[in-house]
Amino acid sequence: MKTTSENKKITVQNLTMGYGDFILQKNMNFSVNKGDIFIIMGGSGCGKSSLLKVLTGLVPPLKGEVFINGKKFTNSDEKNQKEVMKKVGILYQSGALFSSMTLAENIALPLTQYTSYSKNTIDEIVSLKLALVGLAGFEDFYPSQISGGMKKRAGLARALALDPEIVYFDEPSAGLDPVSSKLLDDLILNINQTLGTTMVIVTHELSSIFSIGNNSVFLDANTKQIIAHGNPKDLLKNPPNETVYNFLTRGKTEHV
Amino acid sequence: MALTIKNNQKNELCLELTDDFFSFEDLSLKNKVLTALTDSSLKRLTIQAEKLKLWDTTLTAFLYKIIKFAQSKKIEIKYQKIPTQLKDQLNLALAVDRKPTLDVKKNISFLEDIGETTLNLFQTILKGISFIKEAFSSIGRLVTGKAVTRFVDFVFVMNDCGPKALLIVSLISFMVGLILAFVGSIQLKLFGAEIYVASLVTIGMIRIMGAIMAGIIMAGRTGASYAATIGTMQVNEEVDALKTMGIPSMDFLVLPRLLCLVISMPILVMLADFMGILGGAFVGVFLLNIPSSEYLKYAFEAFGLTNFLVGIFHGFIFGFVIALCGCYYGINAGKNADSVGLATTKAVVSAIVWMIILTGFITWAFSIIGI
Repeated sequence: MKTTSENKKITVQNLTMGYGDFILQKNMNFSVNKGDIFIIMGGSGCGKSSLLKVLTGLVPPLKGEVFINGKKFTNSDEKNQKEVMKKVGILYQSGALFSSMTLAENIALPLTQYTSYSKNTIDEIVSLKLALVGLAGFEDFYPSQISGGMKKRAGLARALALDPEIVYFDEPSAGLDPVSSKLLDDLILNINQTLGTTMVIVTHELSSIFSIGNNSVFLDANTKQIIAHGNPKDLLKNPPNETVYNFLTRGKTEHV
Repeated sequence: MALTIKNNQKNELCLELTDDFFSFEDLSLKNKVLTALTDSSLKRLTIQAEKLKLWDTTLTAFLYKIIKFAQSKKIEIKYQKIPTQLKDQLNLALAVDRKPTLDVKKNISFLEDIGETTLNLFQTILKGISFIKEAFSSIGRLVTGKAVTRFVDFVFVMNDCGPKALLIVSLISFMVGLILAFVGSIQLKLFGAEIYVASLVTIGMIRIMGAIMAGIIMAGRTGASYAATIGTMQVNEEVDALKTMGIPSMDFLVLPRLLCLVISMPILVMLADFMGILGGAFVGVFLLNIPSSEYLKYAFEAFGLTNFLVGIFHGFIFGFVIALCGCYYGINAGKNADSVGLATTKAVVSAIVWMIILTGFITWAFSIIGI
């Protein structure tokens, strides 16, 4: 059985996830195409962040499979997962920068770990990555010396260090003011267009969902399954059910 | 992979990129380009990439570096037939151009360093004294029933620094008694006085070794845990939340920990004394072949109530020292992961240092009053 075509970066097949006997989501099926900005949305507690953990191999699924670049990722050996993860960057909610290292050292870490580049080349790449996220010249700053929005951008620079094919974002707008949030959205869009990187974003920030997302899944906590799939703008125009409509319109109903 | 440096026209430098560029790390070539760009008559840098096929980030990073360098020299940049993706990436990197300023700590001289350290030390001592003062006023509030604290916290903390510490304190003290007996017996054997091993171990353990061993174990075990727990609460802004709710962190966090350790330490010292004597007896009876009744007789003779009480008093003081050091460094920890580690280290080291200093002081004071 052919599970993926060339264009598909991530394929999720019959995935059931949860912890022990507690099931979060069952029988999930969707795929993320190359160059997509793919949104994973849903209310609190529906399993968005847990899905991200399954996609990054931190938590094994209860059932089903995840294929990355057509190759089996979940339930495969550690070596294979590590190899796949070299092509994946992750931006954590808080940026997850190492506080004892400067921004340059933070970004250089995956480069020194996975490449054999000389220090000079690594320094050049670090400067480029910082400049790409609008932090040119911030090499010697420590995470404690920059703002929350900058930390996220520096985290993105680290996620981009190895030129990943896929970047996962865990609630990138969380804790940011509207302007910083918009800047980060623009940056995600710019990098997606410039580098062609596939982006998978877990968020419930409506402005981000509509401004950058071109494909999405909606996870429902009650039915424990995907209840909508497609471009968020189309979902808003033709909401498949009331839950999705309420979510995408901030609970605005006819009689309000 | 080829990079050709050409001077097509006067005042113009042309970089021609051909074929594939992967892992571009030719330092001499990179330096050659940078040197060429230092020519003061240069007005324009043209990047020609018609024959560039595939490339990776090493090329983009190098181009970004030389463009920034050229811009700083006011040299105009011109792209000629450069792939759109490469051009877009360079434009994105060059879009934001602001110069951040970092407050670099200026190098200070040795004398200034000594002065600053002394002033800091003075402030730390003052801060420590006010912390101890606050701790005692918190105990006062508890006595008068005004302290904001929860009984359940006392139970949890007591369980952690009492019953859960019994095994490790027993084991280490038994081993210390064993070692004392071994080392003592080697010397005493020379005089045929092995029997005095019993006295040596008993006096040694009950007077001071029991207390010191229990103190060191509890500093490493419980003092470190106090600093790490409160330090992490500081990182998670839980300490700030307490303050804004008007709940004194001294009552809520420090008081249960302080009282539980002050109560449990003397009991642990008694246990350490007993296990140490048992360790000594093990060596005496089984390895030195001293009859057990003889060993017990000498051990009982050596066991003085004053010595025993001095040991318990040390335990009581050590309980204060360990809890205060752990809580003090926890509450004064910074807001990141490193600072919690630092606070834990400081708590353990300072608790041990203060215990030894106070032991010296108490021993000196007791010798004056003849105890």
